[in-house]
Amino acid sequence: MSETITKDGQEFEVVWKKPNLQKKDMHYCPGCAHGTLEKLIQEVIDEKGIQDRVIGVAPVGCAVFAYDYINCDMQEAAHGRACALATGIARVLPDKAVFTIQGDGDLASIGLAETLHACNRGENIAIFFYNNAIYGMTGGQMAPTTLPGQVTASSPDGRDCKLSGMPLKVADIVKEFDGTCYVTRQAANNAVNVRKLKKAIEKAIDNSLNKRGTSFVELVGNCPSGWKMTPVDSYKWWEENMLKFYPLGDLKTEGGIK
Amino acid sequence: MAEKYLMKGNEALAEAAIRAGIDGYFGYPITPQSEVLEYFSKWLPRKGIAYVQAESEVSAINMVYGAGACGKRIMTTTSSPGFSLMQEGVSYIACAQIPCVLVNVQRGGPGLGTIQPSQGDYFQATKGGGHGDYRLIVLTPNSVQEQADMVYKAFDLSEKYLNPVLILSDGALGQMMETVEFRDDYKKPAFDATWASNGGVAKRGKPVQITSLFIEPERMEAKNNELQAKYKLIEENEVDYELYHMEDAELGFIAYGLSSRIAKKAVDLAREQGLKIGLIRPKTVWPFPAKIIKEYSKKVKAYMSIEMSVGQMIEDVKLAVECKIPVEHYGKTGGIVLSTDEIIAKAKKMIGK
Repeated sequence: MSETITKDGQEFEVVWKKPNLQKKDMHYCPGCAHGTLEKLIQEVIDEKGIQDRVIGVAPVGCAVFAYDYINCDMQEAAHGRACALATGIARVLPDKAVFTIQGDGDLASIGLAETLHACNRGENIAIFFYNNAIYGMTGGQMAPTTLPGQVTASSPDGRDCKLSGMPLKVADIVKEFDGTCYVTRQAANNAVNVRKLKKAIEKAIDNSLNKRGTSFVELVGNCPSGWKMTPVDSYKWWEENMLKFYPLGDLKTEGGIK
Repeated sequence: MAEKYLMKGNEALAEAAIRAGIDGYFGYPITPQSEVLEYFSKWLPRKGIAYVQAESEVSAINMVYGAGACGKRIMTTTSSPGFSLMQEGVSYIACAQIPCVLVNVQRGGPGLGTIQPSQGDYFQATKGGGHGDYRLIVLTPNSVQEQADMVYKAFDLSEKYLNPVLILSDGALGQMMETVEFRDDYKKPAFDATWASNGGVAKRGKPVQITSLFIEPERMEAKNNELQAKYKLIEENEVDYELYHMEDAELGFIAYGLSSRIAKKAVDLAREQGLKIGLIRPKTVWPFPAKIIKEYSKKVKAYMSIEMSVGQMIEDVKLAVECKIPVEHYGKTGGIVLSTDEIIAKAKKMIGK
């Protein structure tokens, strides 16, 4: 099924095509992996040819404008409520794949109840969770996922876990629910991990289309602006700290309420 | 109209929603509304219609947002504290112009309050309980029959104007049993859902974006202007009220919902005593029947706003009469039933008899 194009009288096999994202410049900061996540979602939609069968939900946070980039019907949720919207959509349009994109403030703090209950009900949705251990959009405050000792705008002396508790590992919580069929932690810090992340997105969308239950794909990400680092330094910190605290890999590959 | 049923107001409301073609219900238990949820929990899954008992009212209203934005007929029901929790979502829904039907079976407040009936949420219902410049269309039934009839109307209006419609009921109307007939002539009006996020990018040629976010000031203002133009249209076309013995009235009662039934009884009793009293009953409290209240202010000596609150609708009555005649309030709170004797005693004082 390889596609070909003809140029200067010669036939070429198409090996890569630009994803069908909307024609809009992304607003993400230099070095941020949010754009990678959205591009990969678009690639999966394109490759599966399911633009008409996917409905997405954007959060409040850095991915708030995801609907300006991803080329499918989308809804913009209130802060933390993406999984509730996704539930509503999936219940009245059961033949569609439904996904959310949410940051850690949105998903793990203000929207934790919606997230956990959607996973526990086994809603047929794919949750893409961008965890960069900080509130990016509002200027780099401490999130529930902020690492111990991590300096942020609202933990200037570093996260004190005696005051703020330990970082919340949401993937470890939702993997315990019967409702989740796929729980994985991925990153986008190098080409190998980007390819693995894409596979995870594919699997999650596929699960939603086939009503297998809730898929939870955590992208352990970075936030150069919020971390107050250059993109290069942020990659170093990402690999040395984030990936150590949030180890990558599949936490669960089967499940769903039978 | 077909057979008669003896039903609770809450059940009649749910049954009417099913007959009106509801596509999904999302709710959370709270007294005195829970029978609606219970009724749906029995019948919707059996009919293959979406039903979720949400984890909170916050979630329920956002499920309504998601499902309503797919162009479906969606409803949630709650009671006062629950409706307070929903206000953020209601504001988003109003801005994104998602049709849906909301029901507040009011109980007494503020705070956790009481589970007894109340009309203390009038401000919240009519002035915008959430943030920003938005309006709900607010229907006010006063019987079990109207609890049913207004559901069809609420769905139709919400789709006609792409606006959330609130049925403002109360604990007594929800809990009382009366006979009710369900209309058999109802036909869902044609509804163009091309705006909805239901997949279909290929057909439309572009994706749908359901949003209430307009970062650029000019776009936000344009959205507000668009909403205000719609609200003006609703005010012109959808005011609904009932007049009772207003033709020769010297004093006008103004009451909606449960209070209007007691006020009506008070009119009858007063007229037996030779007092010329009438009643204007708003069946919509937004848009408010200000025009008819203003018109009759030229004929009556005064108005009495009768409410199960410390006086909220009275502010709209005063605005309507532009301070030209006295307007007084009679009400009770805490779920204490309004007394016709007290209403008549106050009426006599007001007209000097």
